[in-house]
Amino acid sequence: MSAYEAVIGLEIHAELKTLSKMFCSCDASFGGDPNSKTCPICLGLPGVLPVLNRKAVELATRLALALQCDIAPYSIFHRKNYFYPDMPKNFQISQYDLPLGVGGHLDLEMEEGRVNVGITRVHLEEDTGKTVHVSKSGRIHGSEYSLEDFNRAGVPLLEIVTEPDIRTPEQARTFVQELKSIMEHLEVSDCKMEEGSLRCDANISLRPHGSSQLGVKAEVKNMNSFRALYRALEYEIKRQEEALAQGGEVVQETRHWDADANVTTPLRTKEYAYDYRYFPEPDLVPLELDQAFAGEVRAGLPELPAERRKRLREDHGLPEHDAGLLTSSKALGDFFEAAVGAGANPKAASNWMMGELSAFLNAQNIEIDEVRITPAQLAAMLGLMDKGVISGKIAKSVFEEMLAGGKDPETIVEERGITQISDEEELVRHTEEAIRENPASVEDYRKGKEKALGFLVGQVMRKTKGRANPQLVNDMLRHRLHEEPREG
Amino acid sequence: MDPLYDMKAWELQGLIARGEVSAAEVLGSVLARLERVEEEVRSYITLTREDAQAAAAESDRVTSRGGSPGVAAGIPMAVKDVFCTRGVRTTCGSLILEDYVPVYDATVLERLHREGLIMVGKANMDEFAMGSSTENSAYGPTRNPWDLEKVPGGSSGGSAAAVAAGEAIWALGSDTGGSIRQPASFCGLVGLKPTYGLVSRYGLVAFASSLDQVGPITRDVRDCALLLSLIAGHDPLDSTSLDFEVPDYLAATRGDLRGLRVGVPRELMQEGLTPGVRKAVEKSIDLFAKLGAEVEEATLPNLDYALSAYYIIAPAEASSNLARFDGVRYGLRVGGAEDMMEMYGRTRAAGFGPEVKRRIMLGTYALSAGYYDAYYGQAQKVRTLIVRDFRAAYERFDVLVSPTSPTPAFGLGEKVEDPLAMYLSDVCTIPVNLAGIPAINIPCGLEDGLPVGLQIMGKVLGEVTILRAARAMEEALDFRAKPGAEKGVEP
Repeated sequence: MSAYEAVIGLEIHAELKTLSKMFCSCDASFGGDPNSKTCPICLGLPGVLPVLNRKAVELATRLALALQCDIAPYSIFHRKNYFYPDMPKNFQISQYDLPLGVGGHLDLEMEEGRVNVGITRVHLEEDTGKTVHVSKSGRIHGSEYSLEDFNRAGVPLLEIVTEPDIRTPEQARTFVQELKSIMEHLEVSDCKMEEGSLRCDANISLRPHGSSQLGVKAEVKNMNSFRALYRALEYEIKRQEEALAQGGEVVQETRHWDADANVTTPLRTKEYAYDYRYFPEPDLVPLELDQAFAGEVRAGLPELPAERRKRLREDHGLPEHDAGLLTSSKALGDFFEAAVGAGANPKAASNWMMGELSAFLNAQNIEIDEVRITPAQLAAMLGLMDKGVISGKIAKSVFEEMLAGGKDPETIVEERGITQISDEEELVRHTEEAIRENPASVEDYRKGKEKALGFLVGQVMRKTKGRANPQLVNDMLRHRLHEEPREG
Repeated sequence: MDPLYDMKAWELQGLIARGEVSAAEVLGSVLARLERVEEEVRSYITLTREDAQAAAAESDRVTSRGGSPGVAAGIPMAVKDVFCTRGVRTTCGSLILEDYVPVYDATVLERLHREGLIMVGKANMDEFAMGSSTENSAYGPTRNPWDLEKVPGGSSGGSAAAVAAGEAIWALGSDTGGSIRQPASFCGLVGLKPTYGLVSRYGLVAFASSLDQVGPITRDVRDCALLLSLIAGHDPLDSTSLDFEVPDYLAATRGDLRGLRVGVPRELMQEGLTPGVRKAVEKSIDLFAKLGAEVEEATLPNLDYALSAYYIIAPAEASSNLARFDGVRYGLRVGGAEDMMEMYGRTRAAGFGPEVKRRIMLGTYALSAGYYDAYYGQAQKVRTLIVRDFRAAYERFDVLVSPTSPTPAFGLGEKVEDPLAMYLSDVCTIPVNLAGIPAINIPCGLEDGLPVGLQIMGKVLGEVTILRAARAMEEALDFRAKPGAEKGVEP
């Protein structure tokens, strides 16, 4: 065991799911032709003024309440001043010392026990545009020129800052996963890391076990997936450990996670050593949220992942593990519950979702809301299995076709003529054949080796190309072999 | 009858309504006058003659069909070059925006267009409204029509000079620390800085957001009330704009001064006033009393710190507001740079004049880590004290009066090399912006042939009261002097 304990705090940015931008009425959705979603305000033309998006405040309040934060009755916006071409005004409007939500927490159920992660603050700010450096490397150094796309400029962002309560990369990953699921359940953000609508930075330092003092921290940026977060922290712990073990020290700096090289590298001082010259944004009035507003938002809060997990366990008898996975995203949980609503056996639906379905999602690198299969179709397929129309093995190939083409399972079964053989007369032929061809197994079974029966069932399944009703074959064989042994 | 270019808007409206003159004739008179005097006065940066002629023709067409072309129709206006005008270049008196053509109209322009605006051109100003003489314009100084060797005041000096010289009937200005009232004072005009939030700032290129206000520069109080009623009112595009019912300002100007409680802040009558200014203002104060007002000395104890607080807060906000002029998206870009930072540096070095640079540096410093509390934080506290001082004074008084400027118009070049002396010329007007209250300038006398201005300050949303007081005083003072050919423009 290492002599050191890691102390990790996270800073997460999530784009809010509003129709319009934070301070103007431009479309806030992702993508589109460069600069097609802009107006004088989000382009920062001379003379424009910001007007706060009410929906953004509501969504931010929703998350702050879900994280048990106190909602500030009075909060204000500041200007964060620095020059960068993706910032049209060369300042970012952001909350600073009076954020919307403070003092919350989020509990994580870990193998090592419950971990309580404090939420320092939840605040609102505006996103920047995007710079594309035109060069071979895509980096600013050596680029011929750079292009600016301001479609993202002014999209509302939530910043969530945690206390340094996280101790392991696994806890960090779990925290972000849980937060993502919460935001999905609250419908405050799409949380798509690959589109940049969820971004994560970490502050990390080491200290000897048992010490209560904080070590020198490094800030790690550019962790654009759960995997990247985990591995970057893992790397950083190792790096700092080595530095300390050799009697050296950790330098306070900002480091960049390079996912290709699997290392963190320091950013040049010049790139981050800004004095932001924060001061209250004079073009906006203070945000005064009364108790009634907070109460209204609180009353409208939907079920959160933790409650949903509990309900899946209690109402559907799912194990902890299943409930955890099915609530790791809102869409998974919704799919599951819709399938159960359509008559699926909960455990069977869960197994299929965590097995075949998630293998498919991973292989295709898509999200559950992008698959062609509907929860009702999954329920129907499970129904066909229950009724003995198809075997588990056939179900797998039917499921594959459902995923590929979005067809109903009944249609596939009919088209392929792959209904299960439950006709005893037809099966007798195959069981007799199997007995004839495998006398040794017959002998073994009769001597009490139960496994030998399984082998014979398998033989029948092979002969019928998997279409035999396995339960029926099992019964038939057992019955037949318990009769008196016949000669010849 | 006075020449058309020399008349008031309300007079011209009457003539036009009665069919005695057309909008085209009024504009023709103003443009002819402009041809004669503009070379000397230089009120405008950009002229929009053709647009104005088209607007006048349209106005006459509507009138001839028995329609109503709007309250601003037929009245040629000068618009300070700090307002965004769609399709018409907007320089803010700066090289950095020399070729900048906005894609949208400021809210005030939009409102005026709906009322048949006839815009003669974009008026000269101190660069980004920073200055008190219009000498900080990248397009050269404007001269005072009363004396061509004097400044017209600033920063709305072009607007005021245009109205005083007959190159416009009325004008739109902006006032951050006196930029409407002081040039109105120097040019013998009426100028109103409304309550902060009364007029939308959307499309007004920001200098200091918490202090900027839009207002009229006119030839009398009636015109001032008329123009104010066209531009005042809530704008959903400006979060700081007040949501209230706009009163009928013109109707409000009628009434007398009996029982009006008038306070004279002693801090604004102390040293620094020229004898002529003191005399004219004291005479006006006596006149208040004669007209039935109750006049008493008032005190605003923290006023001594107003100028210092202003010169922290305004530059701080300006340093941030002007950051967007970086050569990336619009305006000037100086090429040949090795990298982005150098491009920013070269562009801003070439695009901004010395006063703008001075204030950006002052403001940047005042907001810097480690200095914020000592400067910006402290200045905001002073501002709060000044707000309280005024609030306390308005418990006892309905209006406060003072000189608008401690001196009449000073000489061209006289204070250019001495920024502090220049800053001091706004000592009477700056507290009003810090407090967010309205104040109006009316001419109240002459010193050495140059106009002296009286400032009447009101409570928040007290426009109705100060307009009434101003009109009563205007009638009583009966200020009829006009620029003369001896030193100023030919009549």
